[in-house]
Amino acid sequence: MREKKQAKRFTLGKKKMGMNNRRSKIGNGFVILLLLLLGAFMAFPLYYTLIQSLKPSEELFQFPPRLYVLRPTLEHYTELSQLMSNMWVPFSRYLFNTLFVTLAGTIFHVLFAGMAAYPLAKHKFPGRDALFAVILLGLMFVGQVTFLPSFIIIAKLNMLNTYWAYICPSIGASLGLFLIKQFIEQIPDALIEAARIDGTNEWRVYFQIVMPNIKPAILTVFIFQFVNIWNGLSKELVYEEQLKVVKVALEQVSASNAYARMGSGMAGSVLLMIPPIVVFILMQRNVVETMTFAGMKD
Amino acid sequence: METKKKSKNKILTYFSTYKTSYLMMFPYLLFFMVFTILPVAASVVLSFTDYDMVQRPVFVGLENYFQIFLNDEYFIVALKNTLIFAIIIGPASYVICFLIAWMINELKPLARALVTALFYIPTIVGAAGWSVWRLIFSSDQYGLINGFLMKWGLLNEPIGWLTDEARIMPVLIIVQLWMSMGISFLTFIAGFQNVDKTLYEAGMMDGIKNRFQELWYITIPSMANQMVFAIVMQIVNCFAVGEVSSVLAGLPSTGYAGETIVTHIMDYGNLRYEFGYACAMGVVLVVMMQYSKKFATWLIGRMGH
Repeated sequence: MREKKQAKRFTLGKKKMGMNNRRSKIGNGFVILLLLLLGAFMAFPLYYTLIQSLKPSEELFQFPPRLYVLRPTLEHYTELSQLMSNMWVPFSRYLFNTLFVTLAGTIFHVLFAGMAAYPLAKHKFPGRDALFAVILLGLMFVGQVTFLPSFIIIAKLNMLNTYWAYICPSIGASLGLFLIKQFIEQIPDALIEAARIDGTNEWRVYFQIVMPNIKPAILTVFIFQFVNIWNGLSKELVYEEQLKVVKVALEQVSASNAYARMGSGMAGSVLLMIPPIVVFILMQRNVVETMTFAGMKD
Repeated sequence: METKKKSKNKILTYFSTYKTSYLMMFPYLLFFMVFTILPVAASVVLSFTDYDMVQRPVFVGLENYFQIFLNDEYFIVALKNTLIFAIIIGPASYVICFLIAWMINELKPLARALVTALFYIPTIVGAAGWSVWRLIFSSDQYGLINGFLMKWGLLNEPIGWLTDEARIMPVLIIVQLWMSMGISFLTFIAGFQNVDKTLYEAGMMDGIKNRFQELWYITIPSMANQMVFAIVMQIVNCFAVGEVSSVLAGLPSTGYAGETIVTHIMDYGNLRYEFGYACAMGVVLVVMMQYSKKFATWLIGRMGH
């Protein structure tokens, strides 16, 4: 199937070259100018964060501020690592918490959502459409909107101050299931039927036939979920120091003395931005392929 | 006799298929129901009560809702600001995402990947990424904007971009715009790459002259489903603005100028423990999101036809 798709893309590319001929030159110039302006707007804050983290302290408080760094230094990064190593909870503990929670939340979400997406896409059973409608509704019930009632429920389940408070809500998110389900729908029924005739049961059909064919969707949901958990872990749900994550710990360090630690705060920001960016760049191709099927009819 | 047996078998196999379907969905649905649906359902119930998490909830009828709309002047500010975000950021970033995706669709794959990353990264870096805006709009002379305006002689005194009531919202709008190109942008990119190219050829025969006509008559209609999905993502994005405001302008911001419904919920929930009241605001927010989605889908449905 994939080969077919690539072949299709190849011919598309050829046709497109022909198409470009009837584009006007002025139009192209305008497009490039606009892209450059918008691109600068998008890139500048990221660039400025990096520059600020490399400036020695005297350059940080200089008037007028500079857009570049004269004597780049890593002193804020070493300062940050010193601050972290002086805390009573070792840094490795924060790191373990973060990795454990992010990976558990992501892996269980992908596993469960995939298992649920398969019957929703390919089985007929009573209540299917109603169920899917509820899941679509759930696309809007994101953490930023429902954080308060979620807090109440997590508290009532006695999950405050445990890893569960981080992990459980992210497993039940809607978006991942939606994307995987849309992706499974375009898998030909014949493929699944063939396996069924051989007597394979539905669990094995999913894990052995369907799952290998939806790798792009699974990787995409993996990224979205990873990024969401990485950025979304909240201070309200877990306040015991030993259970906190790297993000919260770094924020505490730089927030406790915002001015004097501006440099190390920026260094912390740079470090926190790296994992989501790396994950996204590595898996970008899969994301675009998955979003192709993310269409929604009202 | 035999046909009867067969049909019985059929029912049995059907039943067992159903059973597998439900079993396969069970683990996900458990988490989905408890952590996605239940919070909203609980909100609806608690919104009719007075509740502080210590004592039992006390039923108060519609009182919270009356309070919200008639007696809470800062909720009206929050509502106004949320609507400003929805009306400005929603359509603006939707259109910008769409246009950029359209422009870069014609670039070479590598360039396209780079631009995609550039426009998408601000969405995924989270608070670590946007805290730098606090330095850019800092109220002292070391703030980037103040520094340059003063250097060029346009300002004598530094301006409190994030502390002056009149300036908070414009700054928040810029920052929010910067970080809201996320999923809808990716959806458009994918959508553009998969429009059936033979339609363009056919369009050329039918007398389509420039790229705008092509966009309006061919591309938009064939991307309708992606556009609806992007709308949902966009609505979630701009109605949920809150963390940005609380981090950049403070909670509460000066004179509540940067208050949104979400920060108002934080205020009443996390700080004052008036959960019933805060839940009622949450219900209002979810209802608004639903109706905006209906309205926007209706609008998209009328485009390109």
